[in-house]
Amino acid sequence: MPSDENEMLRTMGLRSVEDLFADIPPAVRIPKLDLPDGLPEDAVVGRVTSMLAANRTVVDMPTFLGGGSYDHFVPASVRAITSRSEFYTSYTPYQPELSQGLLQALWEYQSLICELTGMDGANTSMYDASTALGEAARMAHRLHGGKTFLIPRALRHNRRAVLANYLVGTGIAVREVEYDRETGMLDLTKLREAVSSDVCGVYTENPNFFGRFEEQLQEIRAATKGIFIVGVNPIAQAVVRPPGDFGADIVIGEGQALGTPMNFGGPLLGIFACRQEHIRKMPGRVIGLTRDVNGHRAFCMTLQTREQHIRREKAMSNICTNESLLAVAAATYLSVLGANGLRRVAADNIRRAKDLAAAIDKIPGFTAPLFRGAHFNEFVVRHKNGYAVVHRALLEKGIHGGLPLTRQLPEMQDAALYATTGRHTPEAVAKLLAALEAVR
Amino acid sequence: MSFRQAYWDEPLLMEKRSGPDLPLDLGDLVPPKLRRESLAIPNLADHDVVRHFTRLSQMNFGIDTGFYPLGSCTMKFNPKFTEELAALPTVARIHPDQDESTVQGALRLLYELQGVLATIAGMDAVTLQPAAGAQGEHTGLLLAQAYHRDRGEERSQVILPDTAHGTNFASAGMLGFDIVEIPSKDGRVDLKALESAASDKTLAFMLTNPNTLGIFEDHVLEIADIIHAAGGLLYYDGANFNAILGRTSPGKMNFDIVHFNLHKTFTTPHGGGGPGAGPVGVRKALEPFLPVPQVHLNGRGYHLDYDRPKSIGKVRAWYGNFALLVRAYAYILRMGGSGLREVSERAVLNANYVRHRLSGVLDVPFGGLRKHEFVASASKLAPKGVRTVDIAKRLMDFGYHPPTVYFPHLVEEALMIEPTETETKETLDAFVDALTEIVGEDPEILRSAPHNTAVRRVDEVRAAREPILSARMAKARKNASL
Repeated sequence: MPSDENEMLRTMGLRSVEDLFADIPPAVRIPKLDLPDGLPEDAVVGRVTSMLAANRTVVDMPTFLGGGSYDHFVPASVRAITSRSEFYTSYTPYQPELSQGLLQALWEYQSLICELTGMDGANTSMYDASTALGEAARMAHRLHGGKTFLIPRALRHNRRAVLANYLVGTGIAVREVEYDRETGMLDLTKLREAVSSDVCGVYTENPNFFGRFEEQLQEIRAATKGIFIVGVNPIAQAVVRPPGDFGADIVIGEGQALGTPMNFGGPLLGIFACRQEHIRKMPGRVIGLTRDVNGHRAFCMTLQTREQHIRREKAMSNICTNESLLAVAAATYLSVLGANGLRRVAADNIRRAKDLAAAIDKIPGFTAPLFRGAHFNEFVVRHKNGYAVVHRALLEKGIHGGLPLTRQLPEMQDAALYATTGRHTPEAVAKLLAALEAVR
Repeated sequence: MSFRQAYWDEPLLMEKRSGPDLPLDLGDLVPPKLRRESLAIPNLADHDVVRHFTRLSQMNFGIDTGFYPLGSCTMKFNPKFTEELAALPTVARIHPDQDESTVQGALRLLYELQGVLATIAGMDAVTLQPAAGAQGEHTGLLLAQAYHRDRGEERSQVILPDTAHGTNFASAGMLGFDIVEIPSKDGRVDLKALESAASDKTLAFMLTNPNTLGIFEDHVLEIADIIHAAGGLLYYDGANFNAILGRTSPGKMNFDIVHFNLHKTFTTPHGGGGPGAGPVGVRKALEPFLPVPQVHLNGRGYHLDYDRPKSIGKVRAWYGNFALLVRAYAYILRMGGSGLREVSERAVLNANYVRHRLSGVLDVPFGGLRKHEFVASASKLAPKGVRTVDIAKRLMDFGYHPPTVYFPHLVEEALMIEPTETETKETLDAFVDALTEIVGEDPEILRSAPHNTAVRRVDEVRAAREPILSARMAKARKNASL
């Protein structure tokens, strides 16, 4: 035991550390933790590194997965900033005078998200897009009162599953609106049939789960009587008119693509933004602009009376710890790329997906994209003999194809969702195409 | 200790001079109805962006900057080697939908972490999915509801002590449960009050032990008996787990459900507010209800089990905050069983030491030992016109992050102090000396504090009255000059 511990115990008039645990009744004490002894730092690094070496990364294996997690190039400057320990070893900026740097960075994140989405206010993050969807449905109910929430049937399964758990106890029922089997976009006729005065909100995505651009935002808005919520891919927003232009009330999205690696699905960044008239009903932490006593510009957390530590069970949400560091990464990523860089990335993604789909479509037995029309960086590929055989054949050749859609939508047994980004080398694409050619 | 924070009169990104927008032909790429012609994000040099955010970071205070005794948040040192591990391509560059055969290393780590956390908590099974403590609470209550429903019971009430974290109330409220709040007696759960609150409507009683006053609930087995006799479940809020590692466990205390805060106890960095990780552990009887997927090991290797008919489903996309789970796992390997026990020993020693030294300086209500934190009160300074907020702001001038203030609510003018185990006596002594000095200072110095931070006292009322949440809103507001 280090000498300062003995000194501290003596100061308190105690003999040993055991005395400090005298208040734990013997009946609940345990003698020790049944775990091995600790290891030196280098041994831990060696052991964890070698355990993880069993993973095949997208570097080892050309991989064409997306579906909410994307392998975009991240400039090294982003990690340099998120590695500043003044940021990453701090916590929620409860004390604004000591935390101006993080507060300004988060406020700039909010500003950038508002620019991308056409909204007025954003929060500093939700856990991911799926919980942002759950929170958005709850907010639509707070604003409108209706007890039905409409979502597209063409929705990633994990988003629908999480939404269901965020609506437990609210009495809100979720109804699905079919997609058009030709275009992959929302079926407007079915939407109009589903809308009623009880519908508190309508959720749609652009691009949608199939990677297809949703070209009917105007019409969907017009058909929606309640709150209109749009889910976006923030990179696509660089070249696509923002939901704010189409009358959206709330915009959500998955922000991982903005400067954070895939990390096997976490952490993620739930984007959440809304119109000015709704900000007092918004969940989560928000940063506001203000002044200090000397009149200098300053930032602080604001509208805290919406939050759990003040409002308790009446709070807009229970969220406390969020994904702030990913918001800092997103702000840095967007700043490093700037409008020019981000628009270039978005356009490049569209062109790559278009070219890849066209090349796959030429291979006998394959159809790509399954839905005609404009896509962002993903598209559905169908194989005439079912997709499982393709998935296995590719893996055997050290390639990971798209996301098999069997678990997502039962009518998609023979299909997979392929994604591409600027990371795919011509060699990786050629390898994929050759392997698909060999599938019969 | 003397301290002066950097101050840069750093413009907003949007105020910086932007390079020209370059033309981009979207002709055959985006349908005309959707085509966007401009984007108001400035085009800046990489170097200027790095400088901008570096300057901002210099106006921020982290654990690496100084002592950060923020109660209930466990702001301990974040070891650097775990950052290196989390940056490995075998962590960063794997996709969550990859075929199981290609992510055996990641699945193994998740599987082992499920097991290690279960051992530490004395539970039978663990889900790693929740993204934070509050989401762990939400998940735990969903599990409790599913458990009762499976037995044909609909239970609507969640009992909470008045010392509970705000998130406990919010999580129960989100799920539409009725909250029954019970008062404390001598800083502990009042067993009589609990007895009269518990009934066949009781879904669960949520408790953190030690509680937010840092006091160990020594009647915890009686508490468990009362709740279990009523057919309810006992929920352990793991925010204060740092106090009891290897000394007792939620399982040993007869809890049924536990959430961990890996960013607290297992020191994954707090990230300026997140990401965190909030795994949930349960007893065998609740295992069937855990979210999908669970990671299992069979003859063919590690796999993701979605075939769980009684599962509550999902609480977030995929499997949890993996990059944080890697850090926590590595930290646990580094410390080992005996090392984790020493963590709690030192955390408790540090808290009691600071409390002992402070007891003549500020009021410390409730007698007896504390565990990893304690709550002091500045109410005796009220006659001088000094409030807790003034002390908190003045502490910044001495280079300290203030404690949690005005919580828990049952202590007036509360300062909740959690030193953590990674602080030396030297640091703790200097902190106590600073507080002692502050209490004796001219009240005007305190009320006008802080003096040495990047900005002076911030007008939070103004921010809330006319919220300006973005550059767009600032621009739209005519009279509000930036």
